[in-house]
Amino acid sequence: MLKLPIYLDNNATTPLDPRVLEAMMPYLTDVFGNAASRNHPFGWAAEEGVDYARTQISQLINCDPKEIIFTSGATEGDNLGIKGVFEMYSQRGNHIITATTEHKAVLDTCKHIEKLGGKVTYLPVDDQGLISLAELEAAMTPQTILVTIMYGNNETGTIQPIREIAAIAHKHGALFMTDGTQAAGKIPVDVQADGIDLMAFTAHKMYGPKGVGALYVRRKNPRVKVTAQMDGGGHERGMRSGTLNVPGIVGFGKACELARLEMAADTERLSKLRDHLETELLTLEESYVNGSRAHRLPHVTNISFKYVEGEGLMMGVKDLAVSSGSACTSASLEPSYVLKALGLSDDLAHSSLRFGLSRFTTDEQIEYAIGHVKEAVTKLREMSPLWEMHKEGVDLSTIEWAEH
Amino acid sequence: MAYSDKVIDHYSNPRNVGTLDKSKKTVGTGLVGAPECGDVMRLQIEVDEATNTITDAKFKTFGCGSAIASSSLATEWLKGKTVDEALAIDNMEIVEELALPPVKIHCSVLAEDAIKMAINDYRVKNGLPALELEKSHH
Repeated sequence: MLKLPIYLDNNATTPLDPRVLEAMMPYLTDVFGNAASRNHPFGWAAEEGVDYARTQISQLINCDPKEIIFTSGATEGDNLGIKGVFEMYSQRGNHIITATTEHKAVLDTCKHIEKLGGKVTYLPVDDQGLISLAELEAAMTPQTILVTIMYGNNETGTIQPIREIAAIAHKHGALFMTDGTQAAGKIPVDVQADGIDLMAFTAHKMYGPKGVGALYVRRKNPRVKVTAQMDGGGHERGMRSGTLNVPGIVGFGKACELARLEMAADTERLSKLRDHLETELLTLEESYVNGSRAHRLPHVTNISFKYVEGEGLMMGVKDLAVSSGSACTSASLEPSYVLKALGLSDDLAHSSLRFGLSRFTTDEQIEYAIGHVKEAVTKLREMSPLWEMHKEGVDLSTIEWAEH
Repeated sequence: MAYSDKVIDHYSNPRNVGTLDKSKKTVGTGLVGAPECGDVMRLQIEVDEATNTITDAKFKTFGCGSAIASSSLATEWLKGKTVDEALAIDNMEIVEELALPPVKIHCSVLAEDAIKMAINDYRVKNGLPALELEKSHH
């Protein structure tokens, strides 16, 4: 029996894998020690759990365990990476390059850097959501200390040409950082092969617990250092003080191990399921995929259903948990800045739904979702004055709207 | 965001969805909002000239659940009212009836604007001067 509602918002967060919970349980109960307590077995047991997790995590992204700095999540990792590099390398320069489609954790941190006197270049993206390597190259200056471009986008799933971006950053003597929140655990991320110097990522997007993440900080070629943003006991090689979230870290480790072992199979199954969902929904007239379909995370699709408003549509697909590019609930009424950066008009951005599949998504759930979305779009279009005008051949751009 | 039961009811069972013949002299049409704002409301009334009473009202709305519910409710209220009574409908009555939260008040404003615009369209078609409407609340 199909249980409703169906969760298809896995870019927001994923459910905890029961195997992860199982790995965590002892650390939530008997093994409660502080991993920094060096003088008794309680501390040693906790430290052992953390060390093991550090290895599991490092194996997922092909780094040394010592290069993992635990944080509370990807937002903190983005903050630590960007602010930490800006402070640590202030003698070298004050220029950072990023892109307009980054997560707010990066964009707002960059705005903070600007307030501190730093200079930030926000690269635009094309209609596929990809930055231009030529524009990146042109934006590099002798003062550029950091290029930070996300691996896979949270709204569209678009994957940037990470290796090429890293090569350009390095050619000009800058560090390369990536927000790997959506990509890590979903597609192969290899910090060596990719040329990544810093990467923020988090457990709860890969079936791990919330409240724990990491910043990968390269130790060799070059040795990268970041100025701590949290002062205290000097944990995590002095880069992030604070008692380690041992159960969370153990869960993060297990989640990374499962991701590494099951990635190929998950990707194969989910990309087929996603493609099926997408193909079916595109049979609705005037529906469009947002972002690159060629360079995309395997479990995501973002589709605009023209002439239907996203929030109204979300209410119509009440049996599904999805998210919309419409921001009708926010005071600004501004639709998704990511979709707008792709060149979507406001009305198309308002008309979008994002579907994020997970390891636990079933064929049956997707079949139900297809029927449910089709029905809702059809019903709302019958209620939409824009759809009626479109059907009558009225060019909506010629209408003088009584804007509010 | 949780919707009130009344919003959900109007959204799920919208009253008076449809289109009246806008070429008819007895029909007034109001089209408000803009696609880029995420709300477009079209409200139409049919007026019995002899009694100055609204005999039919229809809507079509592109927008969120609250926008759809506001316009659906407006059509329900319009039917049977005289044009003057319809003019007196205030957006805050819609807010109260549907228990709209502050971020959705603009939906009720749109509905009020659509009513007034439809009435003016009807007036102009029938050789009456358009009413000076107080500037939009937004």
